[in-house]
Amino acid sequence: MSTRLATHGRLLNKDRAIRFTFNGKQLKGFEGDTLASALLANDQMLVGRSFKYHRPRGIVAAGVEEPNALVNLGVEGHFEPNQRATTTELFEGLLATSQNHWPSLEFDVGAINAKLSRFMPAGFYYKMFIHPRPLWKHVYEPFIRQAAGLGQAPKGRDFDSYEHFYPFCDVLVIGGGIAGLHAAKAAAQSGAKVIVLEQTAHWGGRAPVDGGEVDGKPVDNVVDELIAELSEMENVTLRARTMGAGVYDHGYVLGYERLTDHQPDADGPRHRLWRIRAGQVVTATGAIERPLSFAGNDIPGVMLASAVRDYVVNYGVCAGDRTVVVTNNDDAYRTAIVLKNAGLTVPVILDARSLSEDSALVAEAKAAGIRVMMGHGVSKVLGGKRVTGVAICAQAGEGAVLEEVACDAVAMSGGWSPVVHLWSHCGGKLIWDNNFAMFRPDVDKAPKGADGAPFVSPAGAANGHFGLMELLGDAHAMGQGAAKAAGFEPKRASAPEGSCVDQAPMAPVWLMPQGASVALRSKSWLDYQNDVKVSDVQLAAQEGFESVEHAKRYTTLGMATDQGKMSNINGLAILSDALNQPIPQTGTTTFRPPYTPISMGAIGGEARGDVFQPIRRTPMHDWHDANGADWEPVGQWRRPYAFVRSGERVHDAVMREVRNTREHLGLLDASTLGKIIVKGPDAGKFLDMLYTNVMSTLKPGKCRYGLMCSENGFLVDDGVVARIDEDTFLCHTTTGGAESIHAHMEEWLQTEWWEWKVYVANVTEQYAQIAVVGPNARKALETLGGMDVSKEALGFMEWADGSLGGFDVRVYRISFSGELSYEIAVRASEGQAFWDALMAAGEDLGVMPYGTEALHILRAEKGFIMIGDETDGTVIPQDLGLHWALSKKKEDYLGKRAHTRTHMSDPERWQLVGLETLDGSVLPDGAYAVAAGTNANGQKNVQGRVTSSYHSPNLDKGIAMGLVLHGPDRMGEVIDFPGTDGKTYQAKIVSAVFYDPEGEKQNV
Amino acid sequence: MSNAVSAMHGATWSDGIADIAEAPLQGMITLRADMKDKAVKKAIAAATKVEMPGPGQANGVGDRGLCWMSPDEFLLLCPYDTVAADLARIQTALAKTHALAVNVSDARALFRVSGPAARDVMAKLAPVDLSPAVFQPGMFRRTRLAQVAAAFWMPNADTFQIVCFRSHAQYMFDLLKTAARKGSKVGAF
Amino acid sequence: MLILTCPCCGQTGEETEFHAGGEAHLKRFGPGSSDDDFQGYLFMRENPKGVHFERWRHVYGCGKWFHAARCTMTLEIFGTYPAQTLEPPKDLCDKISGKRPGWSWRTFS
Repeated sequence: MSTRLATHGRLLNKDRAIRFTFNGKQLKGFEGDTLASALLANDQMLVGRSFKYHRPRGIVAAGVEEPNALVNLGVEGHFEPNQRATTTELFEGLLATSQNHWPSLEFDVGAINAKLSRFMPAGFYYKMFIHPRPLWKHVYEPFIRQAAGLGQAPKGRDFDSYEHFYPFCDVLVIGGGIAGLHAAKAAAQSGAKVIVLEQTAHWGGRAPVDGGEVDGKPVDNVVDELIAELSEMENVTLRARTMGAGVYDHGYVLGYERLTDHQPDADGPRHRLWRIRAGQVVTATGAIERPLSFAGNDIPGVMLASAVRDYVVNYGVCAGDRTVVVTNNDDAYRTAIVLKNAGLTVPVILDARSLSEDSALVAEAKAAGIRVMMGHGVSKVLGGKRVTGVAICAQAGEGAVLEEVACDAVAMSGGWSPVVHLWSHCGGKLIWDNNFAMFRPDVDKAPKGADGAPFVSPAGAANGHFGLMELLGDAHAMGQGAAKAAGFEPKRASAPEGSCVDQAPMAPVWLMPQGASVALRSKSWLDYQNDVKVSDVQLAAQEGFESVEHAKRYTTLGMATDQGKMSNINGLAILSDALNQPIPQTGTTTFRPPYTPISMGAIGGEARGDVFQPIRRTPMHDWHDANGADWEPVGQWRRPYAFVRSGERVHDAVMREVRNTREHLGLLDASTLGKIIVKGPDAGKFLDMLYTNVMSTLKPGKCRYGLMCSENGFLVDDGVVARIDEDTFLCHTTTGGAESIHAHMEEWLQTEWWEWKVYVANVTEQYAQIAVVGPNARKALETLGGMDVSKEALGFMEWADGSLGGFDVRVYRISFSGELSYEIAVRASEGQAFWDALMAAGEDLGVMPYGTEALHILRAEKGFIMIGDETDGTVIPQDLGLHWALSKKKEDYLGKRAHTRTHMSDPERWQLVGLETLDGSVLPDGAYAVAAGTNANGQKNVQGRVTSSYHSPNLDKGIAMGLVLHGPDRMGEVIDFPGTDGKTYQAKIVSAVFYDPEGEKQNV
Repeated sequence: MSNAVSAMHGATWSDGIADIAEAPLQGMITLRADMKDKAVKKAIAAATKVEMPGPGQANGVGDRGLCWMSPDEFLLLCPYDTVAADLARIQTALAKTHALAVNVSDARALFRVSGPAARDVMAKLAPVDLSPAVFQPGMFRRTRLAQVAAAFWMPNADTFQIVCFRSHAQYMFDLLKTAARKGSKVGAF
Repeated sequence: MLILTCPCCGQTGEETEFHAGGEAHLKRFGPGSSDDDFQGYLFMRENPKGVHFERWRHVYGCGKWFHAARCTMTLEIFGTYPAQTLEPPKDLCDKISGKRPGWSWRTFS
């Protein structure tokens, strides 16, 4: 059984017990434990069921590479699935449940899949579910969806908060192991600004577990000294619990800091995403041990040899009383020696190699009295939910069992792979190292930055250097090199001296035993998390999925949440063997960020709740909100759709507002409309280029409606231009157009007509603009008093500065409703006060505010177009009967050349008309008019579509505008619009001006 | 008139790692001209009494300041009550040259983030190096804060002054509060 | 994510401060131009593997448009320069020649 030892546990505070719950069981651990070490201390080796076959699975690793021990953590708004027990720090009250089983972890019905595994090989789903086709959508897919996935998605809102942070540094060191710390020191001594990230809560990485000396001092002490020294340096920032998640272009690196995962009651954000910009990046990310592929290598109790050692040294936990060590290298002997020294039993070390003489570690193990069997391996592991023993065989044979040894744990080591993920993210290339049977960074092919020079250096084990001596030399050189590349002069200092242990070469062992039978290979797991076996990869190769990228997708090897950290190299080796080619020729898939999954919350950062996105508010926003505004988003703005009174439906409010504006007085908050000042000697010439009609002839004091087209002829914006003085114009744009039209103007001025003397300024928000509309509009302004707003003093399409009710105002007499109408601009800071004054002045005149829907109906009754309704980016002014606004005099304006293209002058283009349903109902917005016959796809031909459609309360019927083939020539004709409700609407083609065609109401 | 109110009515908040406050209405004038032109330089100097700032700088004398917005645009800061007079003076001074001066005082909102952790708060929102060695009082930076455009400068070593569009005032206030929430000190500066 | 230095205000910022604006040095064809010229101006664009000239706007900064010479393969930025020009500056072309001998882009090399 796995249990807590009386000795060991360098990371624990054994004075502080911590209670936690796993699958409802109350368990105890210590401060400093991970969830994994605490579970092992409580003999909870079985932690989950595998993805596909629901096989019992236990903890395999002690770090980020853990594929099996994924648990659900927390409840309600703190619930999170698929959390690795090995990287979850224990805290008081932690609540974890295991995943992927029903009804319980111990007894899981889905385990029947394991019995059927022979019938579910690689590509099973592709082969099985392709026929008959119709069954896919309704039977197969829902069934597979039900069975797929590991943890459950959280249901409620996340209770935690998250944030981003933008740090900058000259040298970023990723990895706080002995190599990273030394590289950081070497870089920092140059004066460069250095940030060091460490994903765990502890510094020093593996070194304190593996031991050794640096400059004659124990490595454990050296780590403490380094941390003390670096903490003192002002140019160094050390950050534990912060993982380098990804390295991107131009030195952009994401760091994932976990602030309160281990102290959920603390204030502050749970995760912080560091969006780092680094001059140089040193990846001191260490290495990950590989498993060995033998039958039953997934039975709970089979663990990585380094993990077994970590659990003893760091957490005082042993995986079993009797641990068989199986290896192809010297490093695993350290585990045997640690176990032996802890008073535990190592019945045998199975070493697949045949060494001519004993290396130091082999000799040390033998001297400790451990039986070593060279040239041997595991034929298969015995046991079901727990290891009970191993069957030993010769590595060279087919697995004939020589001996069975009882044990309750197996420590395996297939060699080490440098963590090259971060090196690879941004294009760093790899080379195959035959001595260690691993891919390591090709330092001559480093990722390149903004200046075309390399910006990433791998250091230490991540660069394929494993002995302390070699590793420290490399880290020192890489740290200095990075500082130099960042423009600093490294201090003359020699690398620290690491102690040296001579090791015998490892031997690549990709399958154990070498000639394992099909039966054994079908139980030899490569990818634990996605349940991929040696036999699956071999099958993929046999079926022609020879490219590593294809084999990966066909078998799903390495596609789980661990991205194949343990399985990748073993999988490629099996594939290469099946293809009978060397591993470098097979190549490897490319690692993609993030290194381990990061929370969605961290990615979103602060952007949630109230600040999910910017909402733009006019100066009268709060008044609208307090007076029943039913909000409509218009870009980032919120505009009142209607002001709904208590007990009123939204539609009724709209009808009331429309009627009241036609009969009495309406107020509209038009502040969102863009207002752009265009000034300079060439301002008129410039506007003549931007607008399709002539603006330069406009007289000061007058207004003119204008259209803007893009260079390819399509309508992009419209609005009223007012000439302020000889040199100055004020251009109104649509609500959505303020920024884009301002940018459009700047673009042409800066990049095409840069000699022209024109300055523009976006003053949209300087003013609150209120439309005072209706037969009583003038009376309301006269009540306020202060300036003459009579027909004579201020005619239609004129503007004037003045004062109303004591407010400085600019009054534009323009109308988008066909009523007597004034649009009045005041300083935004006085917007609310002026609105209040207008409401008071209008009290006896029947004043009511109205919203955007009433605005739409009022303009549609008059046949006025709306950008975004009548236009959609493919409509030209000619389609809308706006020929009058296209200057024939001007030689040039944006869009003029495009209008002469053949398709633009095609008489078959749909034209704007009014539409009236025969029964008075409202045409569905966007509906298409059908014509006789069908197209090549068997669909009905179309001859037009609805662009705007409303119920007009003034006319008491449905009115609409639409674009119809030869529309203006077909007045009176009835065409059919099938709706999505199954009904066909019949509508008569009419003039688009439904109300007051003579404009009598406006000209008063 | 005393009807003028700032977008957030001077809201303040001090329940986190830095104090957040909406500043009172501030006079602001956008000035566009060829800043290399001698006549322009002279006119601006005469009308504002503030030395022309270089790129990325803000200069201040008394209650007036000039911020460098772009090669042909400055932002003149002045008391809200004197905007009309300042604008008239500058327009007169620049009458003979091609230039644009407009009042934008009411188009903006102004916030203050202060306290020892003010840099932390700002560095959570702006993709800009805000370490004390790099960004200091006297400098002026236009960039984005989270999802909106903004400009900021430091009146003193512990305070940032932020300008954004008036319509974004509520968003900015909420954003700054979020970035300054309790327990969120980064401690990287 | 790229970093770019705006030649107008001198600030170096990350890509989110900027807005990409497509190919640089397009020649405008207006009324009276041939269909081919107009089509070329509106629709035909380079799609090089390697040296490319493009337009950017410092949208969250000084608001100015500028040009950047960039390698589409490695994302190396060779240089940036103001937009008020019809061709890339000679010293920049020479710099690119040093790094990518024999490069050409439209009529420039």
